[in-house]
Amino acid sequence: MSTALAPDPVRPAPASASAQDPAAAVRAVRRARARRTRRALALLVLALLAALAVRVLLGRYTVTVPDFFAILTGERIPGASFIVLQEKLPRAVLGALAGIAFGCSGALFRRVLRNPLASPDILGITYGAAAGAVAGMAVWGLRGTAVSWTALAGALLAAVLIAAASVRLRGGAGIVGERFLLAGIGTASLAQALTAAMLVRLSLNSAQDAALWTAGSLSAATWERITVLGACLAVAVPVAVVVHRSLEPAELGPELAAGLGAHPARSRALALGLGVVLAAAATAATGPLAFVALMSTPVATALTRGRTSIVACALVGAVLVVVADAVGSELLGDVRLPAGVVTGAVGAPVMLWLLVRQRRGASA
Amino acid sequence: MTPAFRIRGLDLGYGDRPVVHEVDLDVAHGCTTVLIGANGCGKSTLLKGLSRQLRPAGGTLEADGRDVRSWSSREYARSVSLLPQSPVVPEGLTVAELVERGRHPHRRWWGAPSPDDDAAVARALELTELTALAARPVEELSGGQRQRAWIALTLAQGARTMLLDEPTSFLDLAHQVDLLDMLHGLEHPDGTRATVVAVLHELNLAARVADRLVAMADGRIVATGTPHEVLTPALLAEVFGLRADVAHDPVGGHPVVLPRGRAREGSSPDLPDLPVLSDLPDLPAVPAAPSAAEPARR
Repeated sequence: MSTALAPDPVRPAPASASAQDPAAAVRAVRRARARRTRRALALLVLALLAALAVRVLLGRYTVTVPDFFAILTGERIPGASFIVLQEKLPRAVLGALAGIAFGCSGALFRRVLRNPLASPDILGITYGAAAGAVAGMAVWGLRGTAVSWTALAGALLAAVLIAAASVRLRGGAGIVGERFLLAGIGTASLAQALTAAMLVRLSLNSAQDAALWTAGSLSAATWERITVLGACLAVAVPVAVVVHRSLEPAELGPELAAGLGAHPARSRALALGLGVVLAAAATAATGPLAFVALMSTPVATALTRGRTSIVACALVGAVLVVVADAVGSELLGDVRLPAGVVTGAVGAPVMLWLLVRQRRGASA
Repeated sequence: MTPAFRIRGLDLGYGDRPVVHEVDLDVAHGCTTVLIGANGCGKSTLLKGLSRQLRPAGGTLEADGRDVRSWSSREYARSVSLLPQSPVVPEGLTVAELVERGRHPHRRWWGAPSPDDDAAVARALELTELTALAARPVEELSGGQRQRAWIALTLAQGARTMLLDEPTSFLDLAHQVDLLDMLHGLEHPDGTRATVVAVLHELNLAARVADRLVAMADGRIVATGTPHEVLTPALLAEVFGLRADVAHDPVGGHPVVLPRGRAREGSSPDLPDLPVLSDLPDLPAVPAAPSAAEPARR
């Protein structure tokens, strides 16, 4: 290897044997990191399977493992078949799918906006969906699946509002990070105000439905919703993985990214769009599960020791939602809480912790 | 030989605000060109133009004989690299991972890094003396080590031409000298000398490493030439508003700027009343001679 540096007698020679071949040392460092990431992913897959098993098999109505597989293969066991196929399994699967969507969405938002608090639940995307859903119930008197569509419309409308306030087309700067954050927070409070205004107009009965919906719950899980959300994710998640990867240069700041031949403005807009779609699709199916998108990225990053893997974020999101649903509906004795209330209760301290950590990081 | 950059009548600006006016400049390959000038004179803007971040508002800008707008961005990034003034430190990366990001224009989005990538990263780490820190998180580095990591990233990019915007900020004097000497003598793995265009604030360091100095004021080029030709009391007064003497380093013969104070507004730039210390009698200055500490240059 030719180096053209002037001979420098005082440079200390690293003592390890790997110093013989510097490229091999670089490779070794990289492989150790990759191994750690793979180990964290394997751990998360096991955790998700365990959470799903607990959710489906245990709780108030316990199903044995042989019975469960018998039911899956089509055998009809009176009572158990109905509870597993219409209640427990759909809730678990929908929870996992929604968690994956929120986790991916949070990872994309965070990478684009480079702020630990940047996530679709803080920035009004999910509140927009909630406002859309409540509007569907209060204004048009919709019920059931139709509400999902107004929720989706609400989320997209919120995204358009944020984008309109933050995109600067002239000068080619694209989406401006701080303005996006501020516009998002503003949109969130606007959507919450609208939701509250419409809740007041609802009859007591519908208001309870709407409140359950705006808290975020898996109680309305149906195979129809699972199919729709699953189809969305089958397309969006692989694209999200690619886009997340393509944003690696953008993390270094717009100037260096451009110097590396990347198109940060384009991939950032694409990532945010995809993040909005993922969060909107999940919210339309389950309601806004508070803080799942916000929490999954830091938890996943801690598990992979710093490296952000969007797959890890997705798996953390799935585990969080399934566990929250299990805790809320089964493990609190007579109290039954929707999953969104549980994630919100866990998420609020996590958000405070993130704020404190961010301030410390800024002052260091 | 085709110059690295051929600039004719170039205008650059942000929106409606022009910053660089009618710049004519040829930047030769294999040379270290240093841009100097007061704050806000357009040095960094010119560098942004060269790195294609600003679209020329007028004039022509060619890199390797081709209009810069005709290059694809990956192709351009393999040929011209940029180290901006304040890059962003991503969370949770090790030094080796950060430097590997420099390989972006050489990589496809699927596949693992190739042996070429590893070799380039290893070489960049070695040149910046960061090999021992390869597995450390970037967040734990000191300011100076971090700056060297950014330079390593730019080196790993493997571009023939490197654009550096104040690469020595955050470095102590010893590391500044180390870094600039390293860049000055830098060869690419194929043996050709690197082309470096840098913005530097420290004039004496600029004089030490530059083959060619380009002095800018108010968005225009005021003087170009060897450090001896450019660093004169008259020019320092014009460009920086600085009253200064220029002496010659007894070792190596580089000009040395000795600041005396701020030039008074309206005062004539030739400053006849100051004692002139330049040209020590027993050490005739060798114009633009290579420093004695350096290996023979081609």
